Amino acid sequence: MYRSLFPSDVFAELDRLQRDMGTLFDYSPSIRGIGRGGYPALNVGSTPTSVEIYAFAPGIDPAAVEINLDRGVLTIDGERKPSLPAGDEKTTLHLNERFDGRFRRVVSLPDDIDPASVTADYRDGVLHVSVKRRESAQPRRVEVQ
Amino acid sequence: MNDMTPSQTSAATREENKPARQDAALLPPVDVVEDTTGITLYADLPGVPRDKLDLRVEGDQLNIEAELALPVPQGMTPSHAEVSRSRYRRAFTLSKELDPEKVSAELSHGVLRVRIPKAEHAQPRKITVQVR
Repeated sequence: MYRSLFPSDVFAELDRLQRDMGTLFDYSPSIRGIGRGGYPALNVGSTPTSVEIYAFAPGIDPAAVEINLDRGVLTIDGERKPSLPAGDEKTTLHLNERFDGRFRRVVSLPDDIDPASVTADYRDGVLHVSVKRRESAQPRRVEVQ
Repeated sequence: MNDMTPSQTSAATREENKPARQDAALLPPVDVVEDTTGITLYADLPGVPRDKLDLRVEGDQLNIEAELALPVPQGMTPSHAEVSRSRYRRAFTLSKELDPEKVSAELSHGVLRVRIPKAEHAQPRKITVQVR
């Protein structure tokens, strides 16, 4: 009902305007999407059969990351070593925006996940954790006899 | 470790290459360290494979353009997104003493490392004093 008060073009126009403003100042609410919300930034999505978690954690040693699933709560723990050389008199640090140190992020998962089937891989600096949903919870087509 | 050479474009063609309107993109966090022989830049570009990274030196500008390519299962609906755009873009102006011809870069685990050495004449030289 709310939407019907406005022609759909208004939304498109507002969206375009916002995008243009973002480009103009090279800044928009999500432009600092990485870093501001904590390291690593998380994206979560779901499919009918699984829950997919993407942690944007560039430059870490995947072997040193600890992923725990305890009572429906997924915890990602790790450390990012500083890649900068130890400062001496002859080096100058002009910009230092990248995160280093210990990190921990926690995601609460839906009730229907299967804690036994969790897979994780690390590729191009993104840690991808896939948690399957329980067979019994998946949508099923019921045949009419 | 992937080694690559950034593509070189002369300043004259810079205008033509630019798209008419650029979409807003993520600003990757960077570290920039200078030592006596050059500058090293580190940029966080998680989710960017080597072939989606476009690193250019155009005139005195160093441009980083990259596209996220995540293998996402079919039919996934996003429920929470802190990374809500699929592009990274950031540009830097190089100073005169840097040598844009000798830029080298590598991309590993989502971290881009760019090395820009100083031009020969700008390198520190030790002058030996002759004793007669």
